[in-house]
Amino acid sequence: MNRRLNLKAWLLMLPALSLLIAFTHWPTLKTFWRSATWAKSDVAPSQFVGLENYGLLIEDPVFWKVIENNFWYALGTVPTSIALAIAMALWVNGKIKHKGLLRLAYFTPTILPMITVANIWLFFYSPDIGLFDQLLRAVGIDGPNWLGDPDTALGSLMAMTIWKEAGFFMIFYLAALQTLSPELYDAAKVEGAGPWRIFRRITFPLLMPTTLFVLINALLNAFKLVDHLFILTKGGPNNASNLLLYYIYETAFSFLDSYYAATLTVVMLVALALIALAQMLLFDRKIHYR
Amino acid sequence: MSTWLQHLSRFSAYLLGILWVLPLLYAFWAAFHPPEYATQFSLTAPLTLENFVSAWDQAPFYRYMLNTIVITTLILVSQLFVCTLAGYALARENFFGRGFALALVLTQLMVMPEVLIVENYKTLSDLGQIDTYLGVGLPYLASAFGIFLLRQTFKTVPQELEDAARVEGLSGLSLIWKVFVPLAFPTYLAFSLVSISYHWNNFLWPLVVTNTVASRPLTVGMAIFGAPESGVDWSVISAGTLIAVGPLLALFLVFQRQFIQSFMHAGIK
Repeated sequence: MNRRLNLKAWLLMLPALSLLIAFTHWPTLKTFWRSATWAKSDVAPSQFVGLENYGLLIEDPVFWKVIENNFWYALGTVPTSIALAIAMALWVNGKIKHKGLLRLAYFTPTILPMITVANIWLFFYSPDIGLFDQLLRAVGIDGPNWLGDPDTALGSLMAMTIWKEAGFFMIFYLAALQTLSPELYDAAKVEGAGPWRIFRRITFPLLMPTTLFVLINALLNAFKLVDHLFILTKGGPNNASNLLLYYIYETAFSFLDSYYAATLTVVMLVALALIALAQMLLFDRKIHYR
Repeated sequence: MSTWLQHLSRFSAYLLGILWVLPLLYAFWAAFHPPEYATQFSLTAPLTLENFVSAWDQAPFYRYMLNTIVITTLILVSQLFVCTLAGYALARENFFGRGFALALVLTQLMVMPEVLIVENYKTLSDLGQIDTYLGVGLPYLASAFGIFLLRQTFKTVPQELEDAARVEGLSGLSLIWKVFVPLAFPTYLAFSLVSISYHWNNFLWPLVVTNTVASRPLTVGMAIFGAPESGVDWSVISAGTLIAVGPLLALFLVFQRQFIQSFMHAGIK
């Protein structure tokens, strides 16, 4: 009986597990293997080269540039998106007029395809005739060439990323806010606490589990969201706005070097593993806290 | 709160709202006005539908949209089936190796298929599935997120209900189909909307695995259409953008409440 039950359960798992193994676990293992091999061309037989590809990696200035960019990209987008998401959720959950419309406005970028809207942002950022430069000219400032200048290119990408994800994260905060008990706030008001104090002492700590969840997702996005690069900067100028996943794509499908692309993918997998580890540690603490 | 702070807060809320819909507002402006007005804003600008006509002529939108609909449907149907079985097993069956199976599933939450484009491309080319609908769909046919969501929902179904159904003679697949699936309807709706908007908008993997109009979805088509090399002007690009996002946007505006509630529902689990 027991054996039959086990068999039945594994049969139910079979379609899901075979698909996941074929397109997640097996390719992950193959990535590690490929990163230790090399061949002259895609048709030539590959040979084992040990850590040679990693030697190339360490000496590749573009790789270090990409890692640096990814670091700034995460630092620039994650806290801002979270802060905006909290503000949006508080506004929409509060007593403001036209709440529904506002919530709709904040959420809209979530369902718009990044790649398609990037075409519109491309216009916003274009030098002189673009919307941002036109607005700046109206107040007497000569706007920069947002995407063409290495100093502003990455920042311009970040702005679009924040625009894309803040409204999505707002949803999680909104859901969390609706579970907080009104008595708590009544009590705080009786005590004479101001709105900032209420936020810092009550709302923010109670939203902590949501913040952790959103934080992990925002970090994943910092590695995953590269669609707009294809339209806005293609990683340029001179790799000033290149990010790891885009570099992997370029290496594999423009430079046709799948061995080095695999080596770069290993770096990505290590980064994701670190995020997973951080998540486990953080969520453990959350349970203790409760 | 002091009044000026209150005003500042309200002002910021509306300003942010306007900023957030600005790209869409601009797309509407440019798409419905002649190209001369794409970069200058005047209340007297005449309206036109010309941009939609030329966008429609310059790219096979009809085919792109068909491809997107087929791919999104293929993925969703497969996900619903595969995730139901796995979610049920993980929630209600006590079997040897369950923790291990769950861990295997959850890996995909971190290692998304986008990260593995290099190896998955090799696999798909070995299978001869480059530039096919199935090729675009394959890495997504099982969703860890869907399995997890359904597992959480199935766990909340009372044991007495399951026992009663078993007394009535239901078992195996018919038990799942007649008892668990109907009870989890809100979760199915939530997951479906999240999945549809994800795959309608997905870009990187379809870009890698499609070569021709035969399987190329809207997102990849729009990237080619909007490329500076193709020499299309802002007005036509805006019209194209509205054509591309139109169906999903319309669906979203009509079912706004359900959409937002579904995303919330999916997020709390």
